[in-house]
Parts: sequence; structure tokens; C-alpha cells
Amino acid sequence: MMEGLLLLGLIVIKIVAIILVLLLTVAYLTFFERKVLGYIQVRIGPNRVGPRGLFQPFADIIKLLCKEIIIPNASNRYLFIFAPIISLGTSIAAWSVIPFQKSIVLADINAGVLFILALSSLGVYGILIAGWASNSKYAMFGALRAAAQSISYEICMGFALVGVMMAAGSLNFQTIVMAQEGGVWHWYWLPLLPLFLVYWISGVAETNRLPFDVAEGESEIVAGFHVEYSGTAFALFFLAEYANMVLISALISLLFLGGWLSPFQGIPYLETWFSFVPGIVWFLLKLSFFLLVYLWIRGTFPRYRYDQIMRLGWKILLPVTIVWIVVVAMAVQFNVAPWFAS
Amino acid sequence: MTFYQLIFYAFSTVAVFSGLMVVASNNPVRGALFLVLTFFAMSGVWLLLQAEFLALILVLVYVGAVMTLFLFVVMMLRVNVVGMFEGFVRYFPLALFVIMVIAGISIMVIGPARFGLLSMPAPGIKPDDFSNIKEIGMVLYTDYAYPFEISAVMLLTAIIAAISLSHRKTKK
Repeated sequence: MMEGLLLLGLIVIKIVAIILVLLLTVAYLTFFERKVLGYIQVRIGPNRVGPRGLFQPFADIIKLLCKEIIIPNASNRYLFIFAPIISLGTSIAAWSVIPFQKSIVLADINAGVLFILALSSLGVYGILIAGWASNSKYAMFGALRAAAQSISYEICMGFALVGVMMAAGSLNFQTIVMAQEGGVWHWYWLPLLPLFLVYWISGVAETNRLPFDVAEGESEIVAGFHVEYSGTAFALFFLAEYANMVLISALISLLFLGGWLSPFQGIPYLETWFSFVPGIVWFLLKLSFFLLVYLWIRGTFPRYRYDQIMRLGWKILLPVTIVWIVVVAMAVQFNVAPWFAS
Repeated sequence: MTFYQLIFYAFSTVAVFSGLMVVASNNPVRGALFLVLTFFAMSGVWLLLQAEFLALILVLVYVGAVMTLFLFVVMMLRVNVVGMFEGFVRYFPLALFVIMVIAGISIMVIGPARFGLLSMPAPGIKPDDFSNIKEIGMVLYTDYAYPFEISAVMLLTAIIAAISLSHRKTKK
């Protein structure tokens, strides 16, 4: 009995640690986003609160927490409150299977990739329910757009992952990362290059970030699905969106860029010079790069039109993935060197 | 009561309750959302049966894709809730008869005679490297290869039919 309780306590501590770090990351990601966008647009960005504006995220959080939550009279009360909880819950629960380094993971399950896919497909319900429960035209349009978009891009994402699963022969994240061992050229971004690009693009679409943010579309439908939300309820949606961004970046680095593996593996001298760096540093560096690209894309591209999004998803990304799955299947079957020689 | 039983009863209670609410709720969108909850709870029960692949695929396909499309359509419908209970009393005997027939057939087919613990023993604790996916793939491509291929062809036919029905030729 004592042992069971001890185990439970340990798990709870791990969960709290992951969530705390995640929330802090999200808080500073918003700050970082405003800074990066500022410099892209030749501004300085927030610099008033604290030294160089470093306390800005806390000011934002306090502001959002103190605001009143307005529940529209015509809305569906319970679902209205439930929707942001679904959004945040699914995006945080997915972190339970992400390994940060070899055997540093909360739940090392065999079907990790599938678990992530299933949870990310649940995430759209937060948006869908929010849009419907608000009982507002703009919110409704946002929800419908989000539903159509997420279905289209989830298929591409799933198929891109099928390629990774076949290449690694496993659905466990640790096995997938370890299968990429052997230097930059052995990471899956090269043999699975089309899948890597498709996964990246649909990852951006999946998180409803620019240029795929038709579900929010400030200039078209005000704020889309969360137009009726305020205060903490809005903050939850905001948190969920940014937590999802971090999650997708982590997934891309794990599945296609070798996770915690050092990029200097197999290179003489460099490998030994950098051997003191713990794997988690490489992992976080890769993750941060993809986060930066998220913001970079936002500062660069205009929003896609709805029909263009559908066209890109169904007519370009999906055929590319299906063709490349066949290619990967062939390569795995005939043990094409150097990647699939087993 | 063990921990497993506790989880089982929690999930199955949610499944049964939400299954009832699918029929009982008078708002179609709520009904669809309760159906989502039913699927979710059922996938929890399947996880307890150590069928994690099927459980996660259930969430992925039915909750993530099929029900999203359902909701997409249902949200845009305007259903007149007031007139929905007209003729409830008049059709009740017929409905009762239909329910009894369906329940009878279900009990005969999936009752304890075929799916009892004697004919389908509960899965024991599997070794760590036991892979659901390999087992399913094995069975699917050997014992059930023909049904599998036939259903694939049927789906393909359905896709082609749907496309040819909804396809609009572009005028040039």
C-alpha cells in the first residue's frame, strides 16, 4: 500500500513538474512572439514591464485572471465553460508520452505516436463546442472552419506518421528516436523529406496558426470561435494554442530530427568536444528552432483563403504523402542502405 | 473492489449513461456530443482489455474524424424541437415491439453463450514487448485477408460513387 502511494506521489510530482515548465514556456513564448514580430516589423516590442520587458508575460497573466468571465445569456452554459477545458486538457495530456531524453518520460507506452494522434484529434472538440455553445454567428463560422480544416490536415498528419512508423518499425517514441541514431544524415528528415515537410505544414495548420488561422481570422470573423470568451476562459484557449505549438515542435524534432541525439554524432573531434552536452539540450534547441519558425511564418505570410487551404490539403499534401508511403514501404522491404539497412 | 474494477465501472457507467442520453436529449447537437462521450468511454474500456491499438483507433477515427463530420452537418441543420414529440403515445407500442426484437437479437448474438468468459477468456497480463499492432496485422492479412480486401474494394467503390455523384463538371 505504501509503495503504491509512493509511486502515485512520484507520478504526481512528475506531472506537476512537466505542467509548470510547460506553462512557463508558454508564458515566455508569448513574450518571445511579440518581440520577434516586433523586430520583423522594425519595432522594439514590449519593453516596459521589468528589465527589457521580461516581466510582461506575468502582467498579461494577472490581467487575464482579473478580468470578468462573461457568459452570454443565449449560450449553452455548461458546454460554454467545458470547451476551453477540453482544449487545454488535451494539449497538456499529450505531453505525458513525450520523452525529453533517453528514458526520461512520464509514460513510456508502446503506442505513443497513436496516443498523440488520438489526443490531437480530440482537441478540435474544444473549438467546435466553443463555437456552437457561444450561439453567435462569428463563433459558429469559426467552429465550422476549424472542423473542416482539422479533418483535412489530420489525414495528412496521420499518413506522414505512418511513414515514420514503418521506417522505425515501432510506435514508441524512444524506439523511433533510437532508430535514427548515427548523425544528421540518419535522421528521418532526409529519407522521409516529403513526409517531414507535409508533417510540418499540417502541424502549423493543426494548431490554427497563421497562415492557416481561418478559424480565428480576425479580419474576417472578428476572433472566430473564441469571440464570446473573456478573462480566464479566453486565457485557457490561448494557453492551449501555445501549448500545442510547443507540442508540435517537440513532435517534429522527435520524429524527424532525432530528438535528443547530438547532431555531431559520427563526426570526428566534434563528437567528442560536444559529448558533455546532455541530450535534453539538443532536444530543446531543435524544439526552439521550430517555435521560432512558427513566429517567422506568422510575420511573413498572409492568410490562406478557405478554398486554398482545402486545395493544399487534399490535392497536394495528401497525394504526396501517399506516394511517399509506398516509397518508404519499398525501401524498408528491400533494406535500402544506409537508412533502412537492418 | 480492485483498482481495475473501479476504472471499469467508471468508464462503463459513463458509456451507458451517455448512450442513453444520445437518444434522450432533445437537441441533436447535444445528442451527437453524447455519442462522442460514449465512444470515448468505450475506448477506455477497451484499454482495460489491453486492446490499446483498437482503443486509440476508435478515438482517432470515430471521435476525431467521423463525429467531427457528423457535428459539422448537425450544427448546420435547423431541427424543430417542439414538434419532435408528436405522436409519441401513438407509436409507443410499435416502438416497444421493435426495441424488444432488437434487444432479443442482440442478446442471442452477443450474449454469454457466444461471448461468455468460457468461450472468450479475459486477456491475461501480456509481456512488455507484446505488440497489439503486429497481432492484428498478422490476423488481418492471413486469416481474414479476403474479407479485408473485399471491404477495401467496397469502400473504394463507395468513394468513386460519392465523387461521381457530387462532381460538377467545369465549363470551358
